[in-house]
Amino acid sequence: MSDQVTTTVTVNGHRVSRAAGPHLTLLRWLRDVAGVTDPKYGCGEGICGACTVLVDGVPTSSCLVLAAQVDGAAVTTAAGLLEPDGSLGPLQRAFHAHHAAQCGFCTPGMLVAAAAMLADGRRRSRAEIRAGLHGNLCRCTGYGPIVDAVEAAQAAQPGPAAGPRRDAGVGGAGAGR
Amino acid sequence: MTGRRRPVAAAAAGIRTSKAGELRVVGQPLPRHDQAEKIAGSTRYAGDLAVPGMLHARLVRSPVPSARITRRDAAAALAVPGVACVLFGEDVPHNVIRIDVPGQAVEVAALQASMEVLATGRVRFHGEPVALVVAETEDALAEACDLVDVDYEALPAVTDPEQALADGAPAVHEQGNLLGEWRIDRGDVDAAFLAADAVVEGSYRTQAVDHAYLEPEAGVGWLDDDGVLTLRVATQVVEHYRDVARILGIPESRVRVIAPYVGGGFGGKEDMTVEPYLALAVWRTRRPVRMQWTRQESLLARPKRHPMRLRYRTAALADGTILAQDIDITADAGGYAYLSALVLLYSAVHACGPYRAGSVRLRARCAYTNNPPTSAFRGFGGMQVVFGYESQMDRLARRLGISAADIRKRNALARGDVLPVGQVIETEVLLAETIDAVLARAGDKPAPSGPRKATGRGIACNMQSYGRLVWLNDSAAAWVGFQLDGSLTVRCGVPDIGGGQASSLAQIAAEVLAVPVDEITVHFGDSALTPLAGTTTATRQLLMSGNAVYEASVRLRDAVLRTVAEETGQPAEALRMEPGQVTGGGTLVDIRDALVACRRRNVPIEALGTFFGPKGRPVVRDLRADRVFPDFTFGTHLCDLEVDLDTGQVRLLRYLAAHDVGRAINPRSVHGQIAGGAAQGLGMALLEEVAVEDGVNLAGGFFQYLIPTATDLPDIEPVVLESGEGMGPFGARGIGEPPIGPPCAAVASAIHDALGSRPTVLPITPERVLACAAQSRPLPGQDRVSRR
Repeated sequence: MSDQVTTTVTVNGHRVSRAAGPHLTLLRWLRDVAGVTDPKYGCGEGICGACTVLVDGVPTSSCLVLAAQVDGAAVTTAAGLLEPDGSLGPLQRAFHAHHAAQCGFCTPGMLVAAAAMLADGRRRSRAEIRAGLHGNLCRCTGYGPIVDAVEAAQAAQPGPAAGPRRDAGVGGAGAGR
Repeated sequence: MTGRRRPVAAAAAGIRTSKAGELRVVGQPLPRHDQAEKIAGSTRYAGDLAVPGMLHARLVRSPVPSARITRRDAAAALAVPGVACVLFGEDVPHNVIRIDVPGQAVEVAALQASMEVLATGRVRFHGEPVALVVAETEDALAEACDLVDVDYEALPAVTDPEQALADGAPAVHEQGNLLGEWRIDRGDVDAAFLAADAVVEGSYRTQAVDHAYLEPEAGVGWLDDDGVLTLRVATQVVEHYRDVARILGIPESRVRVIAPYVGGGFGGKEDMTVEPYLALAVWRTRRPVRMQWTRQESLLARPKRHPMRLRYRTAALADGTILAQDIDITADAGGYAYLSALVLLYSAVHACGPYRAGSVRLRARCAYTNNPPTSAFRGFGGMQVVFGYESQMDRLARRLGISAADIRKRNALARGDVLPVGQVIETEVLLAETIDAVLARAGDKPAPSGPRKATGRGIACNMQSYGRLVWLNDSAAAWVGFQLDGSLTVRCGVPDIGGGQASSLAQIAAEVLAVPVDEITVHFGDSALTPLAGTTTATRQLLMSGNAVYEASVRLRDAVLRTVAEETGQPAEALRMEPGQVTGGGTLVDIRDALVACRRRNVPIEALGTFFGPKGRPVVRDLRADRVFPDFTFGTHLCDLEVDLDTGQVRLLRYLAAHDVGRAINPRSVHGQIAGGAAQGLGMALLEEVAVEDGVNLAGGFFQYLIPTATDLPDIEPVVLESGEGMGPFGARGIGEPPIGPPCAAVASAIHDALGSRPTVLPITPERVLACAAQSRPLPGQDRVSRR
């Protein structure tokens, strides 16, 4: 068995340092080594988006990167979107208000993908929101309530600085779809 | 003959109808109580639990679809450091999973089919479990699984269900390849066809699809302090503890199954998945064990939806009245029985759709093959036939020059009508109203966006049973108890698979007992600690557990009101529950005082309710029964789409889905079920297929098995009608399965409208769309072409 390596990551603001095999994906490291279980295993090949986390703000399929590769990074999961007092954050409140979770298994990944999309402050149409979430699969809702929630969260956040609209690439984890 | 109407009284049908205006909590779009934790990321699903000291388990599966096992050797695997054990079939105390195949004559198949927990001599499908490996770490497990040495000697494989039923086909099972057969013979079909003004014929094929819930099969097992084998697994059926006990040869009372919130079921967690293997691993090692299937394993080895070949001949009068249906169905059961015979029974009973069918001749058979096994999937055989009967309705409408809506309304079932199988429709049917609802909301058909585009509109109706087959003696129990502070505890064994099953129970109890929903806690899905409520399948939980909670709540309410009446001298009829108090006739008693009074007077402040489903006799192969299901849910979907005539790409523009849900206990959950079911059906219509070649399952992952993304679907618009006439609490009907029925037919209908030619094979890929476009040159007497 290979030697262990120590990976240090700031998970939702808490510094976590754990030794594990160098071959562990970030997803396995988070779930099985660090005990952070809100990123879910759904496919292991970067398609479903259930394992999406933010690595230094960038949505990332945590099943496709090794933990050792992100040593020193800041990792945000759905739990990282909570208010400091543990109550639901603004995006999460929108999900709650719009019944955007049914079985809830895709929800943590969906939330961080949506959070990354909203982070630039740009106003998106429903079609653009859908495009931004196309790397995150949901089998329960038909996506409508999720798009409703993201649209509402977008409307509630401070408006973007006026300026030309850029046709930037949309966010969302999970390449290949 | 069908079509004769019998008078049915609502009370006789067991309907607890309700008036929307009299309800306080039921009918409110309340946030489900499970939402906040799921959105916070703190819900602990089956695979999220880690138990200190736990081992890890994985299956070694057959790489071939049909073979004799000639050698098994675990020596190299056992030599891997950290491997706890490698188990073969001989190590399983009772190496058999029994499957009841009801109603079949002995010449068709054994009355009971079975499969081995771990195959010993013969494998019958690609992915069949052969060995179970248990190890200290996932890494050791992976290494050891690769080293389990199994030799296979290939046997002839049969991979086509019709060929499987032909003389001389290789036998998948010794007793022959015909697993199940159902027949309906009502009236003089041949005479009806002779008398018909129009006859339309069609053949339709549906494909194998995967449930593709986001949560793969997973669970953790351990022995508790009293030696009870405890499995916390993603399942729709905690009652599988009985199957586990039988396999291990221990009393049923020594096995406990806990279902935490499940990350999607859709029928795929109705049969056992990890349960027997987890149980064996725990039993053998006496240590906690976790088993998590990979997505690839889930796609490879768990049963799929039955591919079906449907042949319909439909006879009608010039005014559209259906005179007869002549139907032949062949389904692919795969290598083992699972629930195939029951799925096919659903197909047979639902095959004529929500219409008076006249005379009916139906033959439905399912055949063993060496393809991936097939079993329960939302709609359960009642949905493949929608693609058949709705295609026939469209073809008939075109032949006769009647609109799609009118021909459906002309033949729509109504209360008192008799289904071909013999069951009387006992509740009001709002089929025509659902048709009108989608058409009224849809407005005009959209215009094409360019010269090489065509737009089309299609509608499709369906009926789908809710509640289990009536001879299964179905029941559900629930316990409802006040706490001394006036809050409420509900205990019910229902597994919550994401449809708001537990949350709806809180809303029902809240309505009856006037306790705010946020003061109600529902404990659910534990075969040892919550009263057994049966499976979360067959669209039965609102009917069954809902009624159990309703009955317990009513009993508890009446006991409290009687007690307050005795305390105050008011007649009990004058009293009612209000939030925090009992009031009426000038009396106002704090609920906490009322509960203290109950205890002083030896009146229980808890109640156990058990609801028994409607009963009936088992059917035999030749179907004729007064009742097969408790009742049915009806609906109509409308699809607007645009076809790219150069590429065959289909873009969904608008999708409406109307169902009469009787009474929406929680409109949000109802909307969620309708939109989600429609989305899953649209995936089947346009994208999804488990590709199988010579019995080899090619669906290697989500990159090869495409389910709809957010960009593939339009906003699905649920339309909820409330007749107040269902057999669930407050007149609710089940809505879990019905919305997956119409989409395949609605899409095909819209493509028919756009191109003038109809796709008859699913999924409707761009290639198949282009083939339709190529066929659509208008000829005299052919369907009109509405391309613009």
